[in-house]
Amino acid sequence: MARFVIRRLLQSGIVLLGVTLVVFLLLQLVPGDPVRVALGTRFDPQTYEALRARAGLDQPLVVQYFDYLRRALTGDLGVSFRSGRPVTSIVLERLPATLSLALTAVLFALLIALPLGILSAMRSGSFVDHAARVFSQFGVSVPDFWMGIMGILLFAGVLGWLPPSGYVALTEDPARWASHVALPAATVGLVTASILTRFIRSSMLEVLSEDYVRTAEAKGLRTRVVVLRHVLRNALIPVVTVVAVQVASLLGGVIVIEVLFAWPGIGRLTYDAVQARDYPVLQGAVLLVAALFLLVNLLVDILYARLDPRITVR
Amino acid sequence: MSEQTVGRSEGSLRRALSALRHDPLALTGSAVLVLLVVVGVAGSWLAPYGVNDVDVDRMLQPPSGAHPFGTDELGRDVLSRVMVAARVSLQVGLVSVGIALVVGVTLGLFAGYYRGWLDNVLMRCMDVLFAFPVLLLAVAIVAVLGPGLLTAMIAIGVVYTPIFARVTRAGVLSVREQVFVRAAVSIGASDLRIMRRHVLPNIAAPLIVQTSLSLAFAILSEAALSFLGLGVQPPAPAWGRMLFDGRGFVTDAWWLGVFPGAAIFLTVLAFNLVGDALRDVLDPRQLTVNEARRSTG
Repeated sequence: MARFVIRRLLQSGIVLLGVTLVVFLLLQLVPGDPVRVALGTRFDPQTYEALRARAGLDQPLVVQYFDYLRRALTGDLGVSFRSGRPVTSIVLERLPATLSLALTAVLFALLIALPLGILSAMRSGSFVDHAARVFSQFGVSVPDFWMGIMGILLFAGVLGWLPPSGYVALTEDPARWASHVALPAATVGLVTASILTRFIRSSMLEVLSEDYVRTAEAKGLRTRVVVLRHVLRNALIPVVTVVAVQVASLLGGVIVIEVLFAWPGIGRLTYDAVQARDYPVLQGAVLLVAALFLLVNLLVDILYARLDPRITVR
Repeated sequence: MSEQTVGRSEGSLRRALSALRHDPLALTGSAVLVLLVVVGVAGSWLAPYGVNDVDVDRMLQPPSGAHPFGTDELGRDVLSRVMVAARVSLQVGLVSVGIALVVGVTLGLFAGYYRGWLDNVLMRCMDVLFAFPVLLLAVAIVAVLGPGLLTAMIAIGVVYTPIFARVTRAGVLSVREQVFVRAAVSIGASDLRIMRRHVLPNIAAPLIVQTSLSLAFAILSEAALSFLGLGVQPPAPAWGRMLFDGRGFVTDAWWLGVFPGAAIFLTVLAFNLVGDALRDVLDPRQLTVNEARRSTG
């Protein structure tokens, strides 16, 4: 187990190093001078020189990268070309909004996917099973932003039950936060639920065909006991992994939904940084999301190895 | 030997076609795709109005006999724009998946065939690309290269390359141990010839499946980029962009939200239905790679 953890830590470290290199090189790909491009009509020589020096752009490329890496390791991701504020603070300020949306969406997804996936596997070939499969196919094919627009049209436009967009912090007013998060979370959650339903169904079907399940049934155990004690406990192990990966993906993958619903999270920040050509903020947001994604994957692998010891010897 | 391996790839193709013929869902998906190709190729001639024919007297008209999908905020015919935009989606899907296929298969082939340090370096590079959520990386690439059709295709091609590299490498690792490959080595066949004549035909099945499913996700990614204003630039029509432009009017003009989105949904659904049928026949073990990737978009 210890060797497995050390090996995974080393692998993740190497990948993270590669991620910093890609994020660093993004700025080098900008055609022309990124600072001049970012300043646009607000150009003045003093600000220009100060921003170039602060971003280290007057140094050779290799020196720039190692400097970027050194600063990133101490939590310094540079300053915004637009506001002059530290990128780390700007990105971290947006994290709670994205986290609250991602977690609510996954919770919503689990509420649908768990019963639907389990029932679909238990009653394979039934109406519920067919409905679950149609739902899964629908979810992986529908553009989430289209579903969001349809949601706005129905729940904000026709019924008038929910606000079409906007954000209220959970700590400020929980009731208003709930009404604002409902539409974006349901939009993201439905797509996530369709993916989870498929995983849960196939995982359940795999375990249901195992010998120990047949043995438990042959011993005369009631179906409920067999499902709860033998099937679910084993079938849900891979599902834990998928759920965690979904949360990690949603942290950086809900740009379109955050833009559509004016949700001030990391996705919206990325979009605004692209529009304003604020490259340090774009780099910071991308780096943070990729690092979080790697961290969650690492934790999931270790958790998975603890839940299923066969993993460490593979 | 080469007859045997070529025979296998032909077998994959025959089984694929047979799967499509016997599965009603796949057949429906194929029919939608044929219709899409026809509209994509001949959309400009078939469309009842010009895509940029502005008519301020007919702004935001609901669906009617003259405008079956209604008109947009500039009085342009939505049906005509949806039809012509089909070409953009197909073009982006084909070119970006083509880029991912060529680059990914080449990298996976070399990594799996030569293994050792080359395999390690190439696969760690793919791991790095995998560490970014798909859409986030595509947005970042388009942001630095500048928005537009070409950069969107390159960005989507780059983010889907690692999937093809991994699928190819996994296939090569098992095929290179087969007797016919070792026999080809023993008679002095060059590495490139072995890869081209013996390895590639034997890993065609998972690649066909991956290509079909990736087309669906590439079209979704393009729609998302266009929705963010980073794909096709106005006044050229694109489904995602039409949704973006119409979102401010959607509560008063539902047709601006419904029709372009329905076009994306049907296209992606058709590719998924065909892809799933192919997967069931050609590569039943390859279950959820795409679903996991799609969720990151």
